[in-house]
Amino acid sequence: MAFTYNTWIVLAGVSLLGACSGLVGSFAVLRRRALIGDALAHAALPGLCLAFLVVGERNLPAMLAGGFLTGLAGVAVIAALRHGTRIKEDAAIGVVLSVFYGAGVVLSVSIQNSVTEGSKAGLESYILGRTAGIVRQDVLLIAGVAAVCLVLVLAMYKEFKLVAFDSGFAGVQGWPAFRLDLLLMAMIALTVIIGLPMVGVVLTAALLIIPAAAARFWTERLEWLLFLSAVFGLAIGAVGTIPSALLRNMPGGPPIVLAGTALFVVSLLFAPRRGLVARSIAARRFRRRIADQTALMTIYELGRGAQGGDDAVTTNAFLSRRAWDERSLRVVMDRLERRGLAERPSTDSVRLTSAGLERGAQLVRSYRLWELFLVEHAETAGNYADLDLDTIDEKLPRELVRELEGRLLEETG
Amino acid sequence: MLQPARSDTLERPAPAAAAVASNGRDAAPAVLDVHDVTVAYHRKPVLWNVDLTIPEPRLVGIVGPNGAGKSTLIKAILGLVPMAGGRIRVYGKPFEKQRRLVGYVPQRESVDWDFPVSAFDAVLMGTYGELGWLRRPGRRQRQRAMECLEKVGISHLANRQIGQLSGGQQQRVFLARALAQQAQIYFMDEPMAGVDAATERVIFELLRELHTQGKTVLVVHHDLRTVPGYFDDVVLLNMRLVASGPVETTFTPENLRKTYGGRLSILEAAGEALQTRERSQ
Repeated sequence: MAFTYNTWIVLAGVSLLGACSGLVGSFAVLRRRALIGDALAHAALPGLCLAFLVVGERNLPAMLAGGFLTGLAGVAVIAALRHGTRIKEDAAIGVVLSVFYGAGVVLSVSIQNSVTEGSKAGLESYILGRTAGIVRQDVLLIAGVAAVCLVLVLAMYKEFKLVAFDSGFAGVQGWPAFRLDLLLMAMIALTVIIGLPMVGVVLTAALLIIPAAAARFWTERLEWLLFLSAVFGLAIGAVGTIPSALLRNMPGGPPIVLAGTALFVVSLLFAPRRGLVARSIAARRFRRRIADQTALMTIYELGRGAQGGDDAVTTNAFLSRRAWDERSLRVVMDRLERRGLAERPSTDSVRLTSAGLERGAQLVRSYRLWELFLVEHAETAGNYADLDLDTIDEKLPRELVRELEGRLLEETG
Repeated sequence: MLQPARSDTLERPAPAAAAVASNGRDAAPAVLDVHDVTVAYHRKPVLWNVDLTIPEPRLVGIVGPNGAGKSTLIKAILGLVPMAGGRIRVYGKPFEKQRRLVGYVPQRESVDWDFPVSAFDAVLMGTYGELGWLRRPGRRQRQRAMECLEKVGISHLANRQIGQLSGGQQQRVFLARALAQQAQIYFMDEPMAGVDAATERVIFELLRELHTQGKTVLVVHHDLRTVPGYFDDVVLLNMRLVASGPVETTFTPENLRKTYGGRLSILEAAGEALQTRERSQ
């Protein structure tokens, strides 16, 4: 691919659009308005066509304005259906989206068929988008909208955060919650509309939703979510334009969505903490740790009770104490042996090493103390109790642990 | 990092409180005056001509059966639902002019707890009202937010994302956020619904402390048995105001029957609670 001037223009335009969509899309996703953006984009199609009919030529600002108007009309119909009838929001969105879109397709095809050859609008390119036609003015328009959105979000970060989280509370504090919400919606609508020529009415919502949804896997903080989502949008836009530049007749929207999907899947799988892989590893590790602790405690207690000072425990005794099968005991014993905590004097018995005995004693102590704590301080215990037995000295104040130890001594004599 | 919480850092001499002190009780306007408030959803009345006056700082429990309009009353006072008619006065002036004197604890279900903010961030929002447009919270606001988290006993969870807190801890976040508003009059919508015993205790002690600081707290409450133990005054509501006043004279079987109809189990529970209170006094 030759990086001509035009390629750079396209790249800049779509990347900026992606960044802007990522930024305002975060709020759309957090406010559960993602599908409203989708409806707005679909509802813009008839407006684009009508504006073309009125103006009589392919005039981008006029057509975008037309799309904006019918888009807003679509959103208004959704609101009216939701408030005025018993139709729920998802059904209202579904109805409006398909009706407006259907009308738009009918209009665009009739225009294609009736208008003279030279001025054919290429209206069908608005359905799936076209990146090849971007010119410098388009990029400037996108840059302008992106800059306005960025400045607004930076300046009113506190206000938007509050309204997005709890608009009722914001209202009680005296913030004009409804108007702030409207401003957010306006930014979302504007971003959707300027993106239509490149991404198309069908897939514009994806550019709004995917960056934010992917970014949510990586962070628990709103400021980082906004930043990451904008960066993701930028990257999706940049990568997504390459296929359209390389392949003839490739529309703009689908490759962008595919680039976004790749990023989303990577986030879903590999994000630390919230990602599926990290979560299953953490869950597995935790289960193992609990199993190891349980085994050490069980062998310690059974061994201490055995006759003749021999602290080996038969596997049968262990298995009858715990609801484990032989295989899981074997797996746990393999691990404990590797760590030098336990050994198998014969095929059907297990024993703790001196290191294991020490560890077992610690665990049993922690377990007893937690047990006692849960009984004696039932009202606060829920806030502190932790399945991880090692942490009692970290989680509870030292005096409390001492007091519990004292009680434990009394009880055991 | 933190200074020990001093009680005076959480208090702020409110103009209205000063007025009470200087003018004497008779001249001071009532803390809250609700006059003739009617709220309707699609012509169906939810609240009907409710009159309610709270002349001086009290702990007030609002009780009534499901659908009695308890939450709606609070929301109408706070301007969150439109009134079909009526007038609200907070310390003698319309609510809109007294927002800074008002703290609010909404129902826990009213927000999305997966929202990407920490407990600390959420509490800090309580200070936004005093900041006004475009100003960011500064050191003073941050310190106060931390003190409020300490007050409800979850300062060790300040950096947790709010969705990773237990139900009781989430409720405490809301309480701390309201404390950060440094209000004179607090409205709490079912703060004790579905919380653990420890949290209920924290809330109860907080109510007491607010009371000794001369604040007023209105609490929508669902558990009749604990009404006499927790509140000075009770408001019995069932679309219309059935009765309001001190628990001793208002929380009577007769009034409860008017509020709840003849459901025996409720009356028995309330009677037990009253007896317990009398014995303890």
